[in-house]
Amino acid sequence: MTRMNAGAFVSRLRQLPWSLWWIQVRRMTLIELRRNLISWKASWIYFLAFVPALIITVHLLFDGHAASSMPEDTDILAGIVQFYYIRLGIFFGCLGIFSRLIRGEMVERSLHFYLLSPVRREILLLAKFAAGAISSLSLFVTAIAVDFVLMYVGYGSAGRDYVFNGPGLGQLEAYIVITTLACLGYGAVFLLLSMMFRNPTPAAMLVLGWEAINPVLPSLLQKLSVAAYLRHLMPLSIPGEGIFALLTVETEPVSAWAASIGLLILIAAVLAYSCYRIRTLEIRYTTE
Amino acid sequence: MNDRIIFDNVSKFYGEILGVNRVSLNIPPGITTLVGPNGSGKTTLMNLMTGLVQPSSGHVSVLGSQPSDATEFFRNVGYCTQFDSFPRGIVGWQFVLDSLLLHGMGKADAYRLTREALERARLGDAAGRKIAGYSKGMRQKIRLAQAIAHHPKVLILDEPLNGLDPVARAESLALFEELGRQGMHLIISSHILDEVDRISDRVILITGGYLVAEGNIHQVRKEVRDKPMQVLIRCDRPEVLASKMFAINHCVEARLHGDGKGVFLRTSDIDQFYSMLNGIAAEGIVKIDGVAPADDDANAIYQYLIGTDGGAS
Repeated sequence: MTRMNAGAFVSRLRQLPWSLWWIQVRRMTLIELRRNLISWKASWIYFLAFVPALIITVHLLFDGHAASSMPEDTDILAGIVQFYYIRLGIFFGCLGIFSRLIRGEMVERSLHFYLLSPVRREILLLAKFAAGAISSLSLFVTAIAVDFVLMYVGYGSAGRDYVFNGPGLGQLEAYIVITTLACLGYGAVFLLLSMMFRNPTPAAMLVLGWEAINPVLPSLLQKLSVAAYLRHLMPLSIPGEGIFALLTVETEPVSAWAASIGLLILIAAVLAYSCYRIRTLEIRYTTE
Repeated sequence: MNDRIIFDNVSKFYGEILGVNRVSLNIPPGITTLVGPNGSGKTTLMNLMTGLVQPSSGHVSVLGSQPSDATEFFRNVGYCTQFDSFPRGIVGWQFVLDSLLLHGMGKADAYRLTREALERARLGDAAGRKIAGYSKGMRQKIRLAQAIAHHPKVLILDEPLNGLDPVARAESLALFEELGRQGMHLIISSHILDEVDRISDRVILITGGYLVAEGNIHQVRKEVRDKPMQVLIRCDRPEVLASKMFAINHCVEARLHGDGKGVFLRTSDIDQFYSMLNGIAAEGIVKIDGVAPADDDANAIYQYLIGTDGGAS
């Protein structure tokens, strides 16, 4: 009986219009990218992404690069990723990118065009999420790669040796994974918040506060934090001092795989709830 | 496939504010006009039809399907809303093309249908310009082009004549009439009742969220029995006809037409009125050239039932 039910379920799944949905996701994502990625309104997000690159460029041009200072620069780069990108740059960048996807269209009174198209609302939401993910990843992965290159290019052959024969490439790989998960995690959260609140910024500030107090919460609640998972993926652990201590999440030790899978499950859960919310979303622009 | 638009005891509340209350409708193909003042619930009915708002209670189906099944539903439905805003920075033809591509059709078909829709909406060369620079009438046309581009079976038009000049209005009405003749469902809300009235097969009157009357426009007029019907009689001696008809006790008002070649007569018993008129014509005292009801249009019915001018809607 169970086997028959499973067979019927698989048969129903096969009958669903997957190829049409795939075409719709691709086209919807392209439309979103065309409208949102290249835009003057997004210039402050470019600034958030590339301001560390500017600072590192100044350091590259005006400071000495003795081989002995490379460990210190490595720690600085780790600190930039841990304290700046994860807690501030990617956080606010994703707030800008993902909250625009649904709420921004409601404010501009153009969301109804998509809701009146022959695209299931869940497909619409996932396509918008994909567009936001591509936008944020393009920006922040590029920015971190540029930071990495700028940080070590001044060391010449010692820098090349560190990158290609030492731990450098492994660290870059870890930063890219962290950035990817951070963009997807914060993106999913802000996409949901933008559907729940007319102005998602106060709610985002609460999320920031939640991430800050996360270390003092019970272990179960710590699992409801994006930064808590990312902390386990950092190739170098930089202890926070002073004001940065507030931005440092100290959690129980978890393996990198468990942290990645835990965060992906959190993202999937948030997206599933967002899909449920968008099914009942109503267009009432007068209340915007 | 079911060919009806069905509202089954549908209510919609926005918090404590009533949108529409207990509306039941069974709309066959053809042109249907929604008539009502501002805030009467016309747009709510249209938004309920297309899933932009969800019913608080009751059930809506369009040709047997619901908006929750968007893939199937919006292949058959086009909605030209009243919202006068567009995706930022978009060009006219791209706006229509994007919506067609989301149907999953090939690019060649999408481009062909885009061109066809832009021609039908008579947008001309403006299609290549950004919508942000369009006049109100052009924005109305591009919305119409987008709504009809995929050849829907149901076309819902919320105030589609707003912002159009007289020529464009006439062109749009001719297009609606043609689409109606092709068997399409057209649901139109408009405050330009005199113009929409000419092409409507039926009317739905709504006020304060309540359905007041619905059906064939002439049937609805007949049902308003407490209001005397007005008839225009074209004849060679209108004053003689008026005096003759006034002798009948159910003839309550007579007014000469401005050109002096006809008379408006108001009667509370239309059947007896026509019988008397036939008698006068047979006597040969007055040569009657034509007889036509003068107040069974949507505007007049609207005034009788709702008590205000339909033009205020």
